Amino acid sequence: MDKSAYAREPEEADITALSQLQDSDLSLLLLIRHFELSLLTLFSQGKLHGTTHTCLGQEYIPVALRTLFSERDFLFSHHRGHGHYLARFNDPVSLLAEIMGRAGAICHGVGGSQHIYREHYLSTGVQGECLPVAVGVALHLKRKTEGGIAVVYIGDGTWGEGTTYEALNIAQLCQVPLLVIVENNGIAQSTPIHLQMAGTIEGRVRAFNINSLRVVSLDINVIRAEVAPWIEEVRTTLAPLVREFKTYRLGPHSKGDDTRDKETLRAIQAKDWYYLYQSHFSDQLERIERDVKRAVTSVIAEVEQRPLVQWEIP
Amino acid sequence: MKKYERVVENLNRALHALFATDPHVFLIGEDLLDPYGGAFKVSSGLSSRFPDRILATPLSEGAFLGIASGLTLCGEKVIAEIMFGDFIALGYDQILNFAAKAVSMYGRSLTINLVVRCPVGGNRGYGPTHSQSMQKYFIGIPHLHLFEISPFHDNGLLLNKLVNLGQPCILFEDKVLYAQRIYTVGVIDEYFVAEALDNEQNFVRVFLDEGSTDEPDCVIIAPGLLSVDHIFVVEESVAGGTWGCEVAQQIYERLWNSLKHPVHLIHSKESIIPSAPHLEKQVLVQAEDIYTAIIEAMHAQD
Repeated sequence: MDKSAYAREPEEADITALSQLQDSDLSLLLLIRHFELSLLTLFSQGKLHGTTHTCLGQEYIPVALRTLFSERDFLFSHHRGHGHYLARFNDPVSLLAEIMGRAGAICHGVGGSQHIYREHYLSTGVQGECLPVAVGVALHLKRKTEGGIAVVYIGDGTWGEGTTYEALNIAQLCQVPLLVIVENNGIAQSTPIHLQMAGTIEGRVRAFNINSLRVVSLDINVIRAEVAPWIEEVRTTLAPLVREFKTYRLGPHSKGDDTRDKETLRAIQAKDWYYLYQSHFSDQLERIERDVKRAVTSVIAEVEQRPLVQWEIP
Repeated sequence: MKKYERVVENLNRALHALFATDPHVFLIGEDLLDPYGGAFKVSSGLSSRFPDRILATPLSEGAFLGIASGLTLCGEKVIAEIMFGDFIALGYDQILNFAAKAVSMYGRSLTINLVVRCPVGGNRGYGPTHSQSMQKYFIGIPHLHLFEISPFHDNGLLLNKLVNLGQPCILFEDKVLYAQRIYTVGVIDEYFVAEALDNEQNFVRVFLDEGSTDEPDCVIIAPGLLSVDHIFVVEESVAGGTWGCEVAQQIYERLWNSLKHPVHLIHSKESIIPSAPHLEKQVLVQAEDIYTAIIEAMHAQD
């Protein structure tokens, strides 16, 4: 693989034609979609408290990548992390229980939506905080020489934090197996990218002489085929890699706090994998969605009637 | 303990011993490599003996404290060296919001064996950004434990305890102590007789805890305080939300009924710390200031 090449995929690539997915991928995509939609409904019903950040529109990224990671890989997520968790563990019950503060919560209700820990999986609610921690884990994985890598999901907003650059600098100096997945949805909470980023993510990454490539496709099969050799490269060369996904946040930052105008939202909705996929493979989608909806409904009903989770201050 | 060993030598020897006995211990920080060996030479020789466990980083406190936490999540024990204590502010998020919280915010206990070594204090002419007492900014953070070096405690025992604490801690190292000799057990009283004022035949007693600023152990020192007329708590920090306030509060709780006077807090002046030595002395609490405060307090009762 030519490491000196920073080939950019065409910005105007035709992303509307999606190839057919395996049932398992589609099922997971729809699980995340309906999990997130249900959270917003539960909030509106007053059944959830605090805050949550849904990944509506971005579900395809962790679903595409999940088969490329092994159990040895340590995944780091962020505030918008439900999709990452569900794609890795396919366990909506423990996550919903966590968010609802019910028995069986994966972090006993202490972490909530944003602070999740499970074996080789961790998220925090502070931007730029996980990346250095991931470099530490990657250092350890390199020393263990068992082939594991550290994977960090960050967003476009994370590039405002200085620790992002400190971490990339050290990752490259120390040559650690670190994969940074940037979910660039073009908006940091309420701030569009042109108001918060000078230059480009790719240009910033290249300044460290770290390989960076941009993915514009929404097609899970395409993404997986394209990214797979690069992840293998991280495993074998132990060099950091940044992959930027141009993606689309369909929903609000949190709940009911979307200030984007209708025209902008319409343009984003035109990039919703759900409708693009439905227009090609409606039968398959309908068949699987029926099951997924039923499953999510039953998960909610089951978790809702559980007792409140107990935790003792250590 | 070697006789007449300097504190910096004792710390350095403690680190060497720790690295020789525990293969899971790492050191991370800036300018650690020999022949430099860290800004205060506390880490001297380590990079030559244990090159794969000494991680010399760029000027990136936020990142190296995060990396340290990442290693501890994998079961390693990490000592992070802050060059000048003031710079710990650059890594505050990683200590406050990650290392300390990670212990319990995931609903179970995660082991975070992280020791942040933090040289603090003035009287060396380093000026406003290299001389502060940083302790107060870390008081009262759940799961974060605070310790101080002293010329009376062996750092070998202390460091061995700290890297196995299971929760993050900060070891504050008063820079002026580095050059001082370690005092062996038995001469502590002698030390204070030499240092303390006594020209008005007033007896000054100084009480030591176990080298920890965390939860000042007034259970141990309180019986000794029952018989004294005045209690003074001296610290180099600026007043307000300090360790000394915590000590005073605990003394009030335990000795309220037997106290003869309020606890006196003695601090440096509310100011940044100037560079010129004569100006620095005006700001930082000096022996004369302590003397004056004590004399004034005693005369005030007459």
